[in-house]
Amino acid sequence: MILLNLFWSFFQIGLFSFGGGYAALPMIQALIVDDYHWLNMTEFADIITISQMTPGPIALNAASFVGTRIWGLVGAVAATIGCVLPSCVIVLILAMLYKKFHNLKYMQGILQSLHPAVIGMIASAGLTLIINSLWGTDPVSFSFSSIDFFAVSLITVCLTVLRKTKISPIFVMLGSGAVGGLLYSFL
Amino acid sequence: MKRDFKFYLKLFISTFQLSAFTFGGGYVIIPLMKKQFVEKLGWIDEKEMLDFTAIAQSAPGSMAVNASVLLGYHLAGIPGVLVTIFGTVLPPLILLSIISIGYSAFIENQTIKNILRGMQAGVCAVIIDVVIDMSSILFKEKRIISIFIMIGACTAVFVFHVNAALVILVCALAGFLSVLKKSRKDGMIP
Repeated sequence: MILLNLFWSFFQIGLFSFGGGYAALPMIQALIVDDYHWLNMTEFADIITISQMTPGPIALNAASFVGTRIWGLVGAVAATIGCVLPSCVIVLILAMLYKKFHNLKYMQGILQSLHPAVIGMIASAGLTLIINSLWGTDPVSFSFSSIDFFAVSLITVCLTVLRKTKISPIFVMLGSGAVGGLLYSFL
Repeated sequence: MKRDFKFYLKLFISTFQLSAFTFGGGYVIIPLMKKQFVEKLGWIDEKEMLDFTAIAQSAPGSMAVNASVLLGYHLAGIPGVLVTIFGTVLPPLILLSIISIGYSAFIENQTIKNILRGMQAGVCAVIIDVVIDMSSILFKEKRIISIFIMIGACTAVFVFHVNAALVILVCALAGFLSVLKKSRKDGMIP
């Protein structure tokens, strides 16, 4: 019964979280903390911290975390399947429609106006990341003197490497992580 | 491109890698997808990638999962979807199952914090790099409306925290109406 509830809760989270990422948080809180009491508020805050520290979508991270705590690996798998199932079905339908109709004039017009919007939203995500990187996630003030100049130089070096060489972004991220792990302990 | 075992293995490894390295939110998947699937493997072109991103954003669920469904279906139909979903879901499933057991040591470890802080700088650079690449294409095309939409979408999400799905919906409607208007002007009844 718990397994079914777990599956069903994350099915709803997967189905109703439009806009990705943090848009899913209120829904997760309502079901997991308020309704089922599977986690308390502190543990819920911990999930957000862990999600910021690990790769992968926040909803999937929450699914695995909650699932494991309640029913072990089986719970994690049930919650994960519940979480991805709705978007799988919906996106699959959209994928079929795209394959069939993407050459139509109207579809072309729609997609053409979506491309710049997507680029704009990527830029917005980038701005948020830069602010987090320069002033920390809970900034006291946005003054010039509180800028993390080590982060500024690290971003500059990484960007130069990306622009001038063909090194994979994965290695650039790993490299900057290694440099941060070594140098931030001395700062 | 042959859909043999080697192809599916490569597809699995590529999506697994993508999912394992999307630190800092769903959009980080785009530079990684561009590098792996557009530039290295040449399985999709940049336009298709932007299409996938827009469609992924307009459906519920997470960007990484949605984009991998689109990619899998485009490349190899339903079997492709199964492979890419599996590749995308596995990294967080493995990682979080392990972490949830003893996570307080993990989130309080100073060295891990330092590594992640360094990594965040790398993620910033990766995003800046891809935004420069993609927006320079728009500036070269010299369609004023595209640049206007880009800046508008960025402002809406960054300053006013408008939901991304809503931005997609509004832009899709605007695109549809502009085609409608154009074909009316050309004397073709829609």
